[in-house]
Amino acid sequence: MAVMRYQEALRLAMTEEMERDANVFLCGEEIGQYQGTYRVTEGLQQKFGPMRVLDTPISEVGIAGLATGAAMVGLRPVAEFMTWSFALSAMDQIVNHAAKITYMSGGRIRCPVVFRGPVGRGGQLSAQHSMSLESWYAHTPGLKVVAPATPADVKGLFKTAVRDDNPVIFMEHTALYPQRGEVPEDPEFTIPFGVAAVRREGADVTVVAYSHMVGVCLKAADLLAQEGIECEVIDLRTLVPLDMETVLTSVRKTNRAVVTQEEWKNVGFAAEVAARIYEQAFDYLDAPVERVGGADVPMPYARNLERAAIPHESDVIEAVRRTMS
Amino acid sequence: MAKATIEEAASGDIQRGELLALYRLMVLIRRFEESTYRKFREGKMGGYLHRYDGQEALVAGVVPQLRLPGDYILSTYRDHAHALACGTDPKAVMAELMGRVTGCAGGKGGSMHLIDPPRGFLGGDGIVGGPVPIATGVGFAIKYRGTDNVCVCYFGDGAMNQGGVHEAMNMAGLYKLPILYILENNQYAMGTSVLRSTGQMDFVLKAEAHGIRGEKIDGMDVLTVRDAVRRVLERIRQTGEPYFLEMTCYRFIGHGIGDDNTQGYKFYRTEEELETWKQRDPITRLHDYLIARDMLSEEEAETIEQEVRRIVQEAIEFAEASPEPPLDSLYEHVFVDHQE
Repeated sequence: MAVMRYQEALRLAMTEEMERDANVFLCGEEIGQYQGTYRVTEGLQQKFGPMRVLDTPISEVGIAGLATGAAMVGLRPVAEFMTWSFALSAMDQIVNHAAKITYMSGGRIRCPVVFRGPVGRGGQLSAQHSMSLESWYAHTPGLKVVAPATPADVKGLFKTAVRDDNPVIFMEHTALYPQRGEVPEDPEFTIPFGVAAVRREGADVTVVAYSHMVGVCLKAADLLAQEGIECEVIDLRTLVPLDMETVLTSVRKTNRAVVTQEEWKNVGFAAEVAARIYEQAFDYLDAPVERVGGADVPMPYARNLERAAIPHESDVIEAVRRTMS
Repeated sequence: MAKATIEEAASGDIQRGELLALYRLMVLIRRFEESTYRKFREGKMGGYLHRYDGQEALVAGVVPQLRLPGDYILSTYRDHAHALACGTDPKAVMAELMGRVTGCAGGKGGSMHLIDPPRGFLGGDGIVGGPVPIATGVGFAIKYRGTDNVCVCYFGDGAMNQGGVHEAMNMAGLYKLPILYILENNQYAMGTSVLRSTGQMDFVLKAEAHGIRGEKIDGMDVLTVRDAVRRVLERIRQTGEPYFLEMTCYRFIGHGIGDDNTQGYKFYRTEEELETWKQRDPITRLHDYLIARDMLSEEEAETIEQEVRRIVQEAIEFAEASPEPPLDSLYEHVFVDHQE
């Protein structure tokens, strides 16, 4: 074990996978000579050369197509979007090509591509740079969707993503990049997809989260514990595949659930989890399932409005209290 | 720039056997395509069904020049001919069009998603311009591996107005990727003439704007196509650089089954225009050329005709006798189960 930042753990995972498999290469904007917009790929072009750490023009359709096409003929591309907000113009390549080619070909083509990059609301980046849209990708059959919350998870889940034979949407979070944590140094350390982690045990309310909201929920749980409310905080880790069993096991114990997400609340991923709880554990519920999510507005610039649009500990606490009342 | 006429091309290295093979392939494509509308009307096929009638030279002059497997081909939704030219069993193509489990995509792809990876055919694509960014990745993979293979990417005049096409071509020009772009300029993007869709009609200029050399050739003459493609493939294999060929052509049938001019629908082009282009039918041209040079007799032509009709009929019988995919395969292939 070593203590390292989330972004360093991710870089270590990339380095290990590139050393392990010569078919793995990175492509994206400013990832090489510039060392990465968030320094995730710092030093990698010097180490692996310009073909394996490929600087691209600002051409998201081209990047997504390059990665998808290379994956279709056996390479293992890792394509970076500088932020997931910029992936919108590449949606046709991701949704209509990468996600579907295996099915459309009756299993004759594999597309082992990883699309990765940061998400995250905040920092006064305003409307066009503050969103993640994970529910769009989770909605699309053929894509796996990963949202790691800790340095160890970002390493273990990234390595699994690279080794997976399917397209993987890998969403990091800008607020998590500097966070430190214990990370296994074993190059064979991986975390399987579809296995949620119980980050805190508790008997009173199940709180479901992923990515940055895991930390938010853990802080809320600490505060609630001071008033005697014990939350069980579950980190989904991957949205597709989704480990509902861990969630349901917890709900059967606590009889209450709060599902959280940072993204817009309307038609968001929390709604899917909440619906499945109703479908599969209705008889265990003592209160309606509560949802916590971002305000359904384009992200405003002004600091006070932006703060009001992003879910915080207080929102989680209020939702938990509603289920207890 | 190649301005080879049918006479010049054939006076060179091409042998009679190859000429007959090209002729036979074009006739196969034509008869195969003709059969699809019949089967559609019998209720045996669904979808749009985009036929290649009139454009046969664009695959017959190209695909036999490739090293398959090794080289790669990406096509559009008008992809039946590409599969047949790659050597995909006509039975598997017909079965795919009928949505049968024996189809080349197991019945899950259909007309627009024919595919045959072991033969280098990476499939059709239902999205206008869609295969061009994919070709960037295939070309990059070839360069990454350091072989002298080539990725051939087909697309139409309509695709030249798609943004992603230009992102992708810029990257191919920048990275110098071994891609042969073939612009099937059949004059119409669905029902919209290039005259009504395109500000700059010089498509070669657009390729050159991305650092890609190119030329425009007569796509109604299979020997002109073959001659140019042989030369260009050699160049790509030697330099590793992309090349762009605009092939002027014309589809004799409407865009798809919903624009079936065999039923008399003609909203956007005239009978006179169609007849003018039919005078340049690539199959008739090669037929007449071969006859005039005693390389083919009418009897031999008839033998080819009968042989091809039998292949198409056998494909139909095979497809009709094949089962639909089992219902429990609905969720199969959403994901590959395998993980390293």
